[in-house]
Amino acid sequence: MMLSNLGNILLITNIVIGFSIIYNSFKDLTIKKNFIQRRIYQLCVFQSTLVIMCFLSLIIAFVISDFSVSTVYHNSHSLKPILYKISGTWGNHEGSLLLWVIILTIFSFLFLLYNKKHPKNYRLITLIIQNILILGFLFFIFFNSNPFSKIIPIPTEGLGLNPILQDPALAIHPPLLYLGFVGSSIYFSAAMSSLVTSYSGKSFALSIKKWIVISWSFQTLGILVGSIWAYYELGWGGFWFWDPVENASLLPWFAMAALMHSVIVLEKRNLLYFWTIILCLLTFTLSVTGTFLVRSGILNSVHTFANDPTRGIYILIFLSLMIFSSLFILFKKYKFVNQNINTNSKETFILINNWFMIFYLITVLLGTVYPIFTEVITNHKISIGPPFYNTVIIPIVVLFLLLMAVGPNIKWIKNDLKNFNFLLKIGIISILINFCIFYFFKSYSFLSNLIIISAIFLIISSSRDLHKLINNNKNDFPRIISHLSFGFLILFIGLNHNFSLEKDFNLKLGERKKFENYTLEFKNLRLDELKNYKAVIGEFKIDDSRNNSIKFLYPEIRIYDNPSTLTYEASIRSGLFKDYYITMSNIDRSDYYNIKFQKKPFMLWIWISAMFISFGGFLRLINNGKKNF
Amino acid sequence: MKKFLIFILFNLLIFNFIKAETHLVDANKIFKNLRCLVCQGQSIAESNSEYAQTIKLVVRDQINDGKSEKEIYDFLIEKYGEWMVYDPPFTKNNLLLWIIPYLVFLGGGILIFFLVRQNNQN
Amino acid sequence: MEKRIFKLLIIFFIIFFLGVFFIALKKSSIYDTKDLVGNRLENINLNHFYEDKLITEKDIKNSDFILINFWASWCAPCRIEHPFLLELNGEKKLKILGVNFKDKNENATKFLNELGNPYDLLTKDEFGKNSINFGIYGIPESILVNSELVIIKKFIGPISAEDFKYIKMILNK
Repeated sequence: MMLSNLGNILLITNIVIGFSIIYNSFKDLTIKKNFIQRRIYQLCVFQSTLVIMCFLSLIIAFVISDFSVSTVYHNSHSLKPILYKISGTWGNHEGSLLLWVIILTIFSFLFLLYNKKHPKNYRLITLIIQNILILGFLFFIFFNSNPFSKIIPIPTEGLGLNPILQDPALAIHPPLLYLGFVGSSIYFSAAMSSLVTSYSGKSFALSIKKWIVISWSFQTLGILVGSIWAYYELGWGGFWFWDPVENASLLPWFAMAALMHSVIVLEKRNLLYFWTIILCLLTFTLSVTGTFLVRSGILNSVHTFANDPTRGIYILIFLSLMIFSSLFILFKKYKFVNQNINTNSKETFILINNWFMIFYLITVLLGTVYPIFTEVITNHKISIGPPFYNTVIIPIVVLFLLLMAVGPNIKWIKNDLKNFNFLLKIGIISILINFCIFYFFKSYSFLSNLIIISAIFLIISSSRDLHKLINNNKNDFPRIISHLSFGFLILFIGLNHNFSLEKDFNLKLGERKKFENYTLEFKNLRLDELKNYKAVIGEFKIDDSRNNSIKFLYPEIRIYDNPSTLTYEASIRSGLFKDYYITMSNIDRSDYYNIKFQKKPFMLWIWISAMFISFGGFLRLINNGKKNF
Repeated sequence: MKKFLIFILFNLLIFNFIKAETHLVDANKIFKNLRCLVCQGQSIAESNSEYAQTIKLVVRDQINDGKSEKEIYDFLIEKYGEWMVYDPPFTKNNLLLWIIPYLVFLGGGILIFFLVRQNNQN
Repeated sequence: MEKRIFKLLIIFFIIFFLGVFFIALKKSSIYDTKDLVGNRLENINLNHFYEDKLITEKDIKNSDFILINFWASWCAPCRIEHPFLLELNGEKKLKILGVNFKDKNENATKFLNELGNPYDLLTKDEFGKNSINFGIYGIPESILVNSELVIIKKFIGPISAEDFKYIKMILNK
């Protein structure tokens, strides 16, 4: 009861502080001094502290299982392990919104703090816009999705958290993803402010660059953790399904990746200013659109939150206001600028990168929202899934990888064609390697050939860059790491796709199944009673006659009580080169169990490559950090 | 130029080795492309529902009867609606879906081309 | 001038986008097959429940309307709709074809002995495969067809009082 009151008071205080920051900033704009008043800094510190306290009080409510707080009642249970009590705080709609506001607030404070070299008006207006966003979300939290609303009489026990969400990967997934999603708000505000104060060019680029890298790196990591979770928890052995919720996290990622490149052109050559601004505005708009699609329940997906249409209406109104006000300012300030770009220059290649990124973005966005359009306009429901994205996107990825290898070696302004021969050699080598792979192991489709060739091409040419780097010490290491890992990621995904083995069959206890060089035996079935669930555990023996190895796997069917649900836990034996993956599910009114067996090569390497992509981003931050501060 | 010709020849030689993929209908691929009506976020391959089990049986039967992948999809679309297949067919309603991405790709390319050329002329 | 048209186009496009989202909020995102009417049922091959024979199109086409009801003894909601089926049994223009779904014969017989048998013709679908041909995805589900075996209406879930009235209305037309 006390925590709920405390939380509400903190929320209201935060709203008041938000208003007073906006008021004081406006007042400060009229004062002709070069520095920002101390009071504004103080208010920002105060604001950050209070919002963190607010979140802490919600965490405490979860930890001590205070069921008078409705969010705790709906999403927790007193018997739940402490880690999941804490992660339950952001595992639900209300709590995650509070996390969203924390990141908004802290980023706004840090932006104010770390950009002292930039003009006062630019910083102040950024702060004002950021606080408008904060207020928008605070109002949403307070009036629509209040995590602190009370329940009377106080229930004695909570309803519990969905068991598939009780998982370490999912405990860190939302915070990582939100650092990306919400981190993009700061360059949204900065871009608006840049338009209003006409602060452009190199210094503007410098002020937002690190924020773009931060949000992109965290977004990459967040998507990765989500995929790993989907791989071992959802039990079909895949890690990416082009589900609307997954797409929602990918859309801003594309925009960020485009922005990360175009901001370099703005910094080095003072070109593409308006394009960069549009991308800044687009990224956060896509983040909010994604949130709208996920939270409003407009699309059905594996990862549904409990839905409530009034939430959708609120976010939609917020989104419309955001889009129209940014469009208004953009149209008012837009001037046609003649861009001085040469055909064979780094600028052109960065433009080409942006072109591909926008293509991916539009394709994924279209695939995600198209079913909504057909339903509203023709009253006809359709599903758009992996086949659509694979057919449209994959052929273009081939081209993209090749250009990604060539681009970074092109010089600014103008380049000559002398390294063409070298590229030809790399091309021949990659074709040869690909030829060896399918000649000695297994043949695969023409498109897969192209994908693997182009991925190898990118890997070799990035490795050459790495080699050159050791000799002449340029500050390009982070870029090479990310590009190289991207090449590896695509290569491993390609190999994984072509060399995985999947079997789906029904088996009774004691039976065997033979396929290729494997024999699978259903050895045993036992029942375990654990603290918060019961588990039916199967024992499977896999006999690999080619390599003379025997492995045991133990898939489970879990029966949870709070809330009462059935989940299917895959058993995975991860190895350096391949994973074995088994899920087992019961067939009603029968002794048979449905078994899904999979052999998935290079899973570990897919995760490692993706991790290194984001590692490149963090490395860039550290490098820049040394230079700038 | 000579090198380039060798390069092309070399490619042609190598791709000659690529055998056409065997035309067996892959049941697992079909399961992944079908959407489960009971657990609506999942595909038939992922779902553990009874309905998914039955669909698997029927799809396997139809493969054994020699039906092609497309025939199986068409059969299920007739019974359960277009919603059931993750691969939206190329119909009048879905025309925009299939065309817009390529239009964007083309448009972007043309835009960059003109932007760059215009400056090379100046 | 050109620029203004371009700007207006963008604004119009965004309003359209947001408008569609707004309307979509009010629609349910759950899919069902209720709207799939007008198709003709074909390739009917059901096993008779008691005898060892196949029931095909011509065995059931001899009535103005046929209600095909999928049920099982293990299905709890089937008990709820059962009284409606019993009441519909007396209708002259309607025949009720029962399909016993993934069930054991003895359990099904017990179920009918206990609650009454509303079916003019009873068949069984032991492995559930035949139900796919009828577009069934859950139990209970019922399909109302005319004498040409064209689907008039689908009832997903147990037949409710409203559905019952609807069937009566169709029959009395």
